[in-house]
Amino acid sequence: MAKQDTTGARAVKIAVFLIAALLLFAPFLFQDVRALEVAARICIFIVLVASYDLLIGYTGIVSFAHTMFFGFGSYGAAIALKQMGPGWDAVALGALAGAAVSLVVAVAIGLVSLRVKAIFFAMITLAAASVALVLASQLSHLTGGEDGITYRAPDLFKPATKLLTDADGKVVEWFGVKLNGKIAAYYFVFTSALILFAVMFRLTVSPLGTVLVAIRENEARAEAIGYRVVAYRTFVFCASALVASLAGSVYAVWLKYTGPDTALSFAIMIDILLMVVIGGMGTMWGAVVGAVLMVMAQYYLRDLMGAASEALAGVPLLPDLLNPDRWLFWLGIIFILLVYFFPKGIVGTIMQKGART
Amino acid sequence: MTTPSLETRDLTIRFGGHVAVNRVSAAFRPGELTAIVGPNGAGKTTYFNLISGQLAASSGQVLKDGTDLTGMAPSTRARHGIGRAFQLTNLFPALSVLENIRLAVQARAGEGWRILRPVGRFGHLTEAAERFLEATRLTHLAHQPAAALPHGDQRKLEVALLMAMEPDIYMFDEPTAGMSLDHAPDVLDLIATIKTDPAKTVLLVEHKMDVIRALADRIIVLHNGELLADGPPAEIMDSQVVRDVYLGTATEETA
Repeated sequence: MAKQDTTGARAVKIAVFLIAALLLFAPFLFQDVRALEVAARICIFIVLVASYDLLIGYTGIVSFAHTMFFGFGSYGAAIALKQMGPGWDAVALGALAGAAVSLVVAVAIGLVSLRVKAIFFAMITLAAASVALVLASQLSHLTGGEDGITYRAPDLFKPATKLLTDADGKVVEWFGVKLNGKIAAYYFVFTSALILFAVMFRLTVSPLGTVLVAIRENEARAEAIGYRVVAYRTFVFCASALVASLAGSVYAVWLKYTGPDTALSFAIMIDILLMVVIGGMGTMWGAVVGAVLMVMAQYYLRDLMGAASEALAGVPLLPDLLNPDRWLFWLGIIFILLVYFFPKGIVGTIMQKGART
Repeated sequence: MTTPSLETRDLTIRFGGHVAVNRVSAAFRPGELTAIVGPNGAGKTTYFNLISGQLAASSGQVLKDGTDLTGMAPSTRARHGIGRAFQLTNLFPALSVLENIRLAVQARAGEGWRILRPVGRFGHLTEAAERFLEATRLTHLAHQPAAALPHGDQRKLEVALLMAMEPDIYMFDEPTAGMSLDHAPDVLDLIATIKTDPAKTVLLVEHKMDVIRALADRIIVLHNGELLADGPPAEIMDSQVVRDVYLGTATEETA
């Protein structure tokens, strides 16, 4: 006996389906390097934001250490690729090592501090994340310090790799797109993201998912009817850390560079928070919408403003206001408007529209 | 006489200098409904919290079938068969009535850790939850969020959550408080039904004397955190000490 979808929920699902289709065909639809970069970043951030939403939206845990786990995965793959040379064994070993470190740290933080009040837990995660950031810049022989590490990805992902060749030994083109290593790399990112997202979605609709929501809704009662709240919280904290770590490893393979700015900085943590709030907490679809909008804004708002500014060249004041240098100002305004008009996030608010009972 | 299913021994809790529950020893037997009475602030709810684990005792013990539960978390006590409904409605507000109940059924079935199948495919959980909805006459509200229910129905859902835990010990904390006259009998009938099961022990905090008269096999009186009287309803209700307590003429010496 399932509940009927609201019209809003149906609209959201259609939108998410469209986004998935666009991402699936991204290399053929948007044929420039920057667009593919954006598409890959969107894939990674959907997973990262969704895994954070497991904590904050489903279970009600506030953590500031999510980029730390992302960073463990990134640096794990990066260091392995740098030290062992490009190869799948390096990717696998690096990802495993990153995931193992993430799990150990998550279990330690979880068991020590998930019993305390939410605010103290948040502080502890903040401290752990700061330590990780300092360690990454101090252990420069391993991590490259502030400069980060550049390395090569497995040969399959080299732009010169030919996935399919015709009779003359030239790389085959589909819809004007050369089937080279870059395409393989993108689909590696896309497939990994899809699998991780599907696993998380499955988790949220399982019996365990209902327990997580129960803990968010009323922790004391969840405990009173027999759920061991600390154990469930520790589990979801570990699961989300694991997913973030794997996403980090995949992104490290894609970028072929890992440094504090791409994997560990608090700027990423703030991005994740903004995406989860914009999209809507406690719904996996919110992560998709939030990540898409935010990454698009980060990449294209400046271009858009530059164009607008030029188009309005004759008008007083407006070109100055729309100067591309002020893009963060406008992003801030857009964010405030979004929070004002969509208090439960875009997806959360839309899903309530047209509610049937 | 059957052996006690639940026992408290010198159960005590202090908040700073204030002793809210003071060396309360009592034993409760299967098939017996004990009403716990006393004026406001007597420590009735605190006594419940000590038994179900929301508060940790300063000293003394809680025993269930001989097992010492004193240091255990509420969830562990729940799995040992201690079930509790709360005086102030304590639900999962954003979840539907059915989902609320299913959570309790699922906890009882021990399937909270299942992650491989969607919850919709656990048909037996949903079916069991629907049975409890029917028993509490909430079926027509199954898909309403708990927060949207009128107070009387929220109280019924509170009781339904306890029923769905299928505990050995049922603890009701003023189950009909604030309920309209047409809702209260539903809940009282449910309690009467539970009482007919010789394996179940029922503890009931209640102020309404007619309810106590109808349901209780035994009454214990708490006053200023201490056990003041313990006995059959007729005897307790007629005793001078209880009248004094309820009329507010009890002095500190009697406490």
